[in-house]
Amino acid sequence: MYAFTLHRPSSVRQAANLLAKSEDAKLLAGGQTLIPTMKQRLASPASLIDLSLIEGLSGIELRGRSIVIGAMTRHAEVADSPVVQENLPALAELAGEIGDPHVRNMGTIGGSLANNDPNADYPAAALGLGATIVTNKRRIAADEFFTGMFETALGADEIVTKVMFPLPKKAAYVKFANPASRYALVGVLVSKRGREIRVAVTGAGANGVFRVTAFEEALQRRFGPKSLDGLSVPAAGLNSDIHGSAEYRAHLIGVLARRAVAAAAG
Amino acid sequence: MSATGIGATVRRKEDQRFITGKGHYTADVNRAGQTHACFVRSPHAHARIKGIDATAASKMPGVVAVLTGADLAVDKLGNLICGWMIHSKDGSAMKMAPHPALAQTKACHVGDPVAVVIAETLAQAKDAAEKVQVDYEVLPAVADPAQAQSAGAAQIHEVAPKNTIYQWQLGDKGKTDAAFQSAAHVTKLDIVNNRLVPNAIEPRAAIGEYDSGTGHFTLWNTTQNPHVARLVIAAFIGMAPEHKLRVIAPDVGGGFGSKIFIYPEEVVALWASKRVGRPVKWVAERVESFLSDAHGRDHVTHAEMAFDRDGKVVGLRARTIANLGAYMSTFSSSVPTYLYATLLSGQYNIPNIYCEVDAVYTNTVPVDAYRGAGRPEATFVVERLVEVAARELSIDPAELRKRNFIHQFPHQTPVILAYDAGDYNASLKKALELADYKGFAKRKRESARDGKLRGIGLSAYIEACGLAPSQAAGSLGAGVGLWESAEVRVNPTGSVEVLTGSHSHGQGHETTFAQLVSERLGIAIDNVSIVHGDTDIVQFGMGTYGSRSGAVGMSAIVKALDKVEAKAKKVASHLLEAAEGDIVFKDGKFTVAGTDRSVPWGDVALNAYTAHKFSGQELEPGLKETSFYDPTNFTFPAGCHVCEVEIDPDTGETEIVNWTAVDDFGVLVNPMIVEGQVHGGITQGVGQALLERAIYDKDGQLVTGSFMDYCMPRAHDVPSFKVGVTVTKCPSNPLGIKGCGEAGAIAAPAAVINAITDAIGSEQIAMPATPQAVWTAIQRGNATRKAAE
Repeated sequence: MYAFTLHRPSSVRQAANLLAKSEDAKLLAGGQTLIPTMKQRLASPASLIDLSLIEGLSGIELRGRSIVIGAMTRHAEVADSPVVQENLPALAELAGEIGDPHVRNMGTIGGSLANNDPNADYPAAALGLGATIVTNKRRIAADEFFTGMFETALGADEIVTKVMFPLPKKAAYVKFANPASRYALVGVLVSKRGREIRVAVTGAGANGVFRVTAFEEALQRRFGPKSLDGLSVPAAGLNSDIHGSAEYRAHLIGVLARRAVAAAAG
Repeated sequence: MSATGIGATVRRKEDQRFITGKGHYTADVNRAGQTHACFVRSPHAHARIKGIDATAASKMPGVVAVLTGADLAVDKLGNLICGWMIHSKDGSAMKMAPHPALAQTKACHVGDPVAVVIAETLAQAKDAAEKVQVDYEVLPAVADPAQAQSAGAAQIHEVAPKNTIYQWQLGDKGKTDAAFQSAAHVTKLDIVNNRLVPNAIEPRAAIGEYDSGTGHFTLWNTTQNPHVARLVIAAFIGMAPEHKLRVIAPDVGGGFGSKIFIYPEEVVALWASKRVGRPVKWVAERVESFLSDAHGRDHVTHAEMAFDRDGKVVGLRARTIANLGAYMSTFSSSVPTYLYATLLSGQYNIPNIYCEVDAVYTNTVPVDAYRGAGRPEATFVVERLVEVAARELSIDPAELRKRNFIHQFPHQTPVILAYDAGDYNASLKKALELADYKGFAKRKRESARDGKLRGIGLSAYIEACGLAPSQAAGSLGAGVGLWESAEVRVNPTGSVEVLTGSHSHGQGHETTFAQLVSERLGIAIDNVSIVHGDTDIVQFGMGTYGSRSGAVGMSAIVKALDKVEAKAKKVASHLLEAAEGDIVFKDGKFTVAGTDRSVPWGDVALNAYTAHKFSGQELEPGLKETSFYDPTNFTFPAGCHVCEVEIDPDTGETEIVNWTAVDDFGVLVNPMIVEGQVHGGITQGVGQALLERAIYDKDGQLVTGSFMDYCMPRAHDVPSFKVGVTVTKCPSNPLGIKGCGEAGAIAAPAAVINAITDAIGSEQIAMPATPQAVWTAIQRGNATRKAAE
C-alpha cells in the first residue's frame, strides 16, 4: 500500500466538497474491493474519503411500497433484516450469498453499486428490481445507472446516499458462484411487478449487468419457466475466461433464468 | 491400552496454544535491530538480465542495502541443489542446471528472484524494490511440459538440450511389450495430472542473523526438516560450517511437502544478515507463495493395461512427461521416478510393468514433492485404468479388482518394491459394505427421478511410506540417509523430554509421541514433552515428510526407550538389591520377579541422578539415551475409498454425496488424529479432482496466481466422511505402524473421477472436473449419441 491522506467527513456535503476539491481521491465505503487493490499496489489514490462516520447513511426502512436502504448498509444487515426478509426475500437471499462473512460484514450496497464490478451481485438486484439510486444530487433509475464495466452514471463529485427498491409481486435471484472468488460466474434476477417483468444478468456481460428483453417478453405472455423454452442468449459478446467460456455462460443464463422464474412463481 | 497410550483418542496437547493464538511462528519472531527484505522478482517467464541499476532504489528512505546475484557471486556462494541423482536410460547423469539464490544471467520463471532490497521497514523495502531497474531482454518461453522437448521450444538451460533433464526407465520393456502382444484386451488412457499450488496456511518465512563476535549464523525458517536445511546451506551453499549455523523451525503452519525444500529466500536472508550486519526478516505474501513455493504434480501420461481372457492383468506400461519447472528443486528428481513408477503395481499382481519418464525444464515455478508426491500420480494411472477396463470388459469394477489383488506376502513387484503385509480384500469388502455398494442402483434411479446423474467410483490405492531404508534410498540415488533419530532424556523427577529429529507442522507429534512414552514408562502424558525443530538442541535428524514420522521417527523413540529401560533396570537392581536379570518393568514399576518388592519409576529416575546407591565404577549416573533408527523396508499403507457423486446435467455441477474411506495404516497411535489426517488428505485430493489447477499461459504467466482464480477446497465441497479401518500390522517396524498422512490425497482423485465418469458415461474428462468441463463432456456425449442414432 502506498501512503495516502485519509479524510473522515461527518456529512455528505463535506464528503462531496472533499471529493470535488481533492485530486485523485476515492470514496471509502466498505473497502472490500478498494483496500485489497491498494494493498496489492494496483491502486494508489492520493486520498481516501471515509464515509463511515456520516450519520444517516445506513439503515433499512419500508416506505410505502418500497424498501429504502442507506448506501452504507452492510450486506449482512440486508441479509439479516426482517423487513427485507419479509417484503423482498430475493434481496435478502442475494445479499446473504455475497462473498464470505468477512465481506458481508464490511461491504456496503452503495459501494458495490458504485463500483459496478461485472461479477457483483447487487447490480443484478438494482437492475432486476428496477431500483432507483439516490445520490447527493439526484435520483438515477437503475436502467440509466450502469454504463459499462466498472462504469456508472455517477458524476465526479456525486455520492450514492440510498437505494430504493420498489416491492415486486414476485422475484428470485439464482447465482452460479465462481468456486474460487464466490463472485457470480453468472447470476440472474427475475422480477414481476404489475405488468413489468425484468430479467437482469450479472457475471456474464462484457459490459456488466444487462437485461434480457427476449426473456422478459416471453415472460410477459406467461410468467413460468416453460415460457423460456427454446429461448437462449447468444454467446457473442459475453465474458470468456478460465472459469467459464462465453458459450457456457450463455447456457447458464438460460438455466438460471428458468430456475429463477420457477422460484419466483412458486 | 491405557487412557493415554498407543491406540487412545487423546486430545492434541498442542491445540491449547494453536487455538488460543499462542502459537509461535517464524513471522512472530522479531530480533533486535532487524531489517526487512523485499525481493525483486522477474515479471517475465524467461529473460536475460542485461543489467540491474539499483542507484535510485539505494537512495530511497530507509534502504540499508540492495543486493543482486552479482553480489552473491562475489561472496562465492554455491547454488541450490537437487539431492537425488537420477540416471537416464543411456547411463548419463541428470542435467542439473545452476540455480543461484538470486538470478545472475537469466530469469527462468515469473517470480524468479533477481535482487533483494533490505530496509528499515517492510513498507520502505517494498517502495525501494519498485525502483530497482532491471534491464531484461525477454526471451521466448515454454510452460507446457508436453511442448518442452519439441524442436521449436525455447531452450532454458545450456546443460539440458531440448529441456530434457533425464530420460529414465523402470521395468522390463521386452517382457512387457510381449505381454501386451498376446493380451486379450488392452485399455488405453491419456492422462494429465494437473499442476497444484500447495498453499499451506502459513506462508514461508525466514529470519537470518549473523553474530560477528562468534561467527555464528542463526536461521529461523518455516521448514519441515531443519537439519537437512542446515546441511545443504552449510555443505552446498557454503554459507557457514555446519557447527556455526543454527536452524530453528518454530511452529510451522502446514507444509504438505512444500517446506521440505531449501529455497532462495532463506539463503538470501541469512547471507544478507552478514552483509548488512543486522538480522534480516522475510515473510512471503500469498502472491509470493504462488510464485515461489514448489508446485506439485504436473504429469502428462499415456498409460495402457493389458488383460488376458479371464480379466487378469498381464501387463502395464506408461510413458510420462514430468514437469520439474525452471530449476531442479531439492528432491524434485525422485518424485516422478522412484516415488511414482515403483507404485504402478498398485494392489495388483501384475507380472510385467514398464515405465518411461522424461523430466523436463519449463519456464514455471519449480515442481517438487506435494502431499503424496508421485504416489497420487501412480494411483491415478492404475485406478483409472482398472476402472475403465472394468467398464470396457463389462465386469463389475470391484470384482475386477478382487480378481487381481495380491494375496500373498511378502510380494515382490516388478518395480523394485516388496510389499510386506496387507489385506486388500478386507478393505475393499468393508468399504463396499460401509458405502452400501449394493444399494447404489436404487440410489441412481432416485437421482434420475430428480433429473440428476449419479455415479460411483472406487480407488484401491497403495503407497510406499516410512521413507526409507537408507541403503535402499542410497542405491536409488538419494544423497542422504532416511533414518530418524531420537533422544530420550529422563529428568531426576521422572518427567521425560524426547528430542526427535522428526518435525511437527500439523501432524500432532507432541501428542502421539508422548502417548508412546506414556504407555511405555507408565507416566502421565503431561509429564512428557516433545522437543523438535532446533539444530542446536536436537541431534541430527531427517525431518517429516513421506508419512515417515510414525513409522521411522517413533521407532527411533522405541529404540531409545529400550535403552532407557535397560539402564533403569540396572539402577533398580541396585535399589532393590536384586540381580538385574530378575527385574521386571511393568505399569511404571520395577519389580523383583516373583516377589512384591518394587520401586516406582520416579524413584529410579531420581536415584539414577543422585547415584547414591551404586558406584560410578559399576554404573554411570544419569538416564538419557539416543537412538538412530534405520527402517528395514518401506511401509505400505493401502485401502479402498468409494466416492459417490450426483451431477446436475444442466450446469455440470458435481456434488460429492457420499465418501467412504477404509484404510489399513497398521497400528493406530491416536485414531482421532488419524481420522483428521484422512479427512484432510481426502479434501486435498478432492481439491485436485474438482477445483485446483495452476494454469500458465503460453508466455509463462501464472494465470491462477491468487485465491480469486485458484480454488482451494472448502468445507462445503466435501461431505461428512465415513471412515473405517482394517489392520494388518506392519512387520517392518517395532510398533507395526504404516503411516497415514498422505493416503487421502493419494486415493481421492481417482475415486472422484471414476465416479464422475460413471455418472456421465464418458471417460473424456480431465482434472479438475469443473462444472464447465463436466457440462461440456455431457454435451459431447449427447452429440455423439445423437450422431450414432
